[in-house]
Amino acid sequence: MGEWTFIALLFIISLILPAVPIIAGRLLGPRKPNPLKNSTYECGVETVGDTWVQFKVQYYIFALVFLIFDIEVVFLYPWAVAYHQLPLFGVVAGIVFIVTLAEALIYAWRKGALEWV
Amino acid sequence: MTITPITIAFFIMAAFTLGGSLGVVTNRNLFHAALYLVLALFGVAGLFVLLEAPFLAAVQVLVYVGAIAVLITITIMVTRRIMGVTESVNRQWPLAAGVSAIMAITLGFVVLDRFAGKLPVAAVPGDNIVRLGEALVNYDAYLVPFEVASVLLLAAMIGAIVVARE
Repeated sequence: MGEWTFIALLFIISLILPAVPIIAGRLLGPRKPNPLKNSTYECGVETVGDTWVQFKVQYYIFALVFLIFDIEVVFLYPWAVAYHQLPLFGVVAGIVFIVTLAEALIYAWRKGALEWV
Repeated sequence: MTITPITIAFFIMAAFTLGGSLGVVTNRNLFHAALYLVLALFGVAGLFVLLEAPFLAAVQVLVYVGAIAVLITITIMVTRRIMGVTESVNRQWPLAAGVSAIMAITLGFVVLDRFAGKLPVAAVPGDNIVRLGEALVNYDAYLVPFEVASVLLLAAMIGAIVVARE
């Protein structure tokens, strides 16, 4: 359980660290609101139109491709950890797995799914 | 029951999971519901750590908190006028309630039937990830599901690209 103590500690620090400037700003900063200060802006410019717009479907394909290779990592990680103990058969089985997913990557590439249109 | 750091950690993680799940089902803003889902999934990762399943915890963060949450967020972003939906109850709720009740009863029965009054059991071997890796490519163990998974992922990729391009 020892190494998890550090992660728990980091977790607590990660909660405190962003909270401190926000709370300190509330407590220490002067508060003189006016309509201009309270207006919504993005990168210093006033926003145009509705915030909840429909984004391009291209993002969705990128997310799906990312998901598929993320799951590939999950399968390959134990295989890579056990690599030194594996018989040749096991190594080949892992390579078959990788090649199958390389086909998926080539398919996505050739279909132009990775290009920004 | 004695209070140990483990029990405290368990209650914190259980609070994350249950609180996040409640946020998902009660929030009227779909995007905020998705963010609460991330919180709940993160709590489940913490519970995996407490069950001494660090690999599953890493997978939970990598796949669910990482990829699935991104996918759900982007699905909301690319869907037209979805933010106009502010109803948290629609006419399918009796069906959903029925399915959820059956799931809860089944899982609760399994937990009570298997683990009531007794704590598990043998210690987890330290080299469990090596064993998992060996079992994945072992002909007598999980070789076929392992290779089928790659074909399934290939099919999912092709299907997603075909559907999304239309």
